[in-house]
Amino acid sequence: MKLIRDTWLILQRQMTLLLRGPAWLITGVLQPVLYLVLFGPLLKAALDAPSTAEAYRTFVPGLLVMLVVFGSLFAGFALIGEDRAGVLERCRVTPVSRQALLLGRCLREVISLLFQATVIVLLALPFGLSVGIGELLLVYLVLALVALAMSALSYAAALRLRSEDALGPVLNTVTQPVLLLSGILLPITAATAPVWLLMLSRANPASWTVDAVRSLFAGEYADPRVWWTLASLAVLAVAALTWTGRMFARDVH
Amino acid sequence: MPRDPAVDARGLRKTYRSGKTARTAVDGIDLLIGTGEIVGFLGPNGAGKTTTLRMLATLLRPDAGTARIAGIDLGADPAGVRRRIGYVAQGGSTWYEATGREELILQARLYGYPRAEAAARAAAAVEAFALADCADRRCKTYSGGQRRRVDVALGVIHRPRLLFLDEPTTGLDPQSRARMWDEVRRLRAEGVTVLLTTHYLEEADALCDRVAIIDHGRIVADGSPAELKRAISGDVVSVGLNGAAQAAAGLLDGQPYVRRLETGGDRLRLYVDAAAGAVPLILRTLDHAGLEPASVELHRPSLDDVFLARTGRSLRD
Repeated sequence: MKLIRDTWLILQRQMTLLLRGPAWLITGVLQPVLYLVLFGPLLKAALDAPSTAEAYRTFVPGLLVMLVVFGSLFAGFALIGEDRAGVLERCRVTPVSRQALLLGRCLREVISLLFQATVIVLLALPFGLSVGIGELLLVYLVLALVALAMSALSYAAALRLRSEDALGPVLNTVTQPVLLLSGILLPITAATAPVWLLMLSRANPASWTVDAVRSLFAGEYADPRVWWTLASLAVLAVAALTWTGRMFARDVH
Repeated sequence: MPRDPAVDARGLRKTYRSGKTARTAVDGIDLLIGTGEIVGFLGPNGAGKTTTLRMLATLLRPDAGTARIAGIDLGADPAGVRRRIGYVAQGGSTWYEATGREELILQARLYGYPRAEAAARAAAAVEAFALADCADRRCKTYSGGQRRRVDVALGVIHRPRLLFLDEPTTGLDPQSRARMWDEVRRLRAEGVTVLLTTHYLEEADALCDRVAIIDHGRIVADGSPAELKRAISGDVVSVGLNGAAQAAAGLLDGQPYVRRLETGGDRLRLYVDAAAGAVPLILRTLDHAGLEPASVELHRPSLDDVFLARTGRSLRD
């Protein structure tokens, strides 16, 4: 009960700050629009797809996963600023639940990223993208789990490093191989990739996630890969939240 | 029934390790604080003041030692300690984009108060800390003094009996500093025990009922400012010498009227029983050797003299 109440308090404050900050409009709305406007026209030819709708069905799932992975991985930057402002310490000396300090922040990422995902999906509909409501809700669940896990890991890195200058390079080092091996920009299949690259890509959770979201947009919610991915992401999210939650509780200075 | 002391700490120690180097920040501190006092930790930067405060406020685990805060064991029940103390950190504590009132309400909510009670407490704090002009503006627009008052108001929103203030007036202009002193005295009048850190001599002298001088992680002197100054009885004669401080020190050291002598740069500090008798003797001795002092100043011992007497260094250096 206390965890839920405290999480709600932290989430409320985080949402207030998010909506008041000037960055919200740019990252929240402009960024997804730019991806669609600048990338969209190339898709049909680049993917050699039979139709624009088909191209979007391949591209939009990847775009959503990329947006959520990147957006949530960079959540740690805000935490470093909060730490410097003394806000974190002020909260840690109150009896507030330590897990709530983390969970409230992770949920802010979930809400903000699902909003951006919605903008993308809505903008893609006129180009022939179609998806059932049930499948879309499952897509949101996948994306929410990714956001929870990735933002928790980002907060852990931020608490450990405590400097934007150190966090930036670390995150870039992690995100580049994850992105390249995810099949987001170009699908990595037995037909297009050498075996070793295919194997590496199969080992990347981001590529399972992209595959699962593509299956859902194709209406194949019975695909066992979808449920396998959901279960794996749930485990990953719980593990990341537990681990980082412990860091929030410990004296880290 | 006697009340538990606000703080009863014994043998606190903390060593920071990074890689192979270790730095002992707090090296065995014992501290007993009754209730209703303003106690100041005075010492240079890096003396261990903040580390001690953070340990007592549950933010840092001591490597050794025990402490009871308002009767609660720090190690066994940190959550119980947290409910009874307020803590105001050195560098501020507010979100720039939130207003002071929003911060006060959230803080009260974090302490578990329901919404209406939290709003009432925030309103009372706005009143008590004279924040009416700025309470509904975002914190980023605040002056240094306003921001610091909000910090303290946040620290006492749950009306703790014990408040830790880390450098409450660092960076404030003289007017804001005087105002902060008034706030701290008001809290004491309301029965709050205040433990603060400072590296300002004037602050320790004017504000604190009791001063613990800290150097290299140890308390080197502890008492009321008057007691501490009385312990180094007599007067201090400070003599400025143009490049001849060493020669003059050689002449004056060991003279019967000089109880103690310190050299600092181009000046000598002479601890004497009574300045009126000693100054002519000092001048005569210097004159005999052909040394002409550039300046002679007399003063009553300050806390800096206490610090100097205990550590061999000046806080002003």
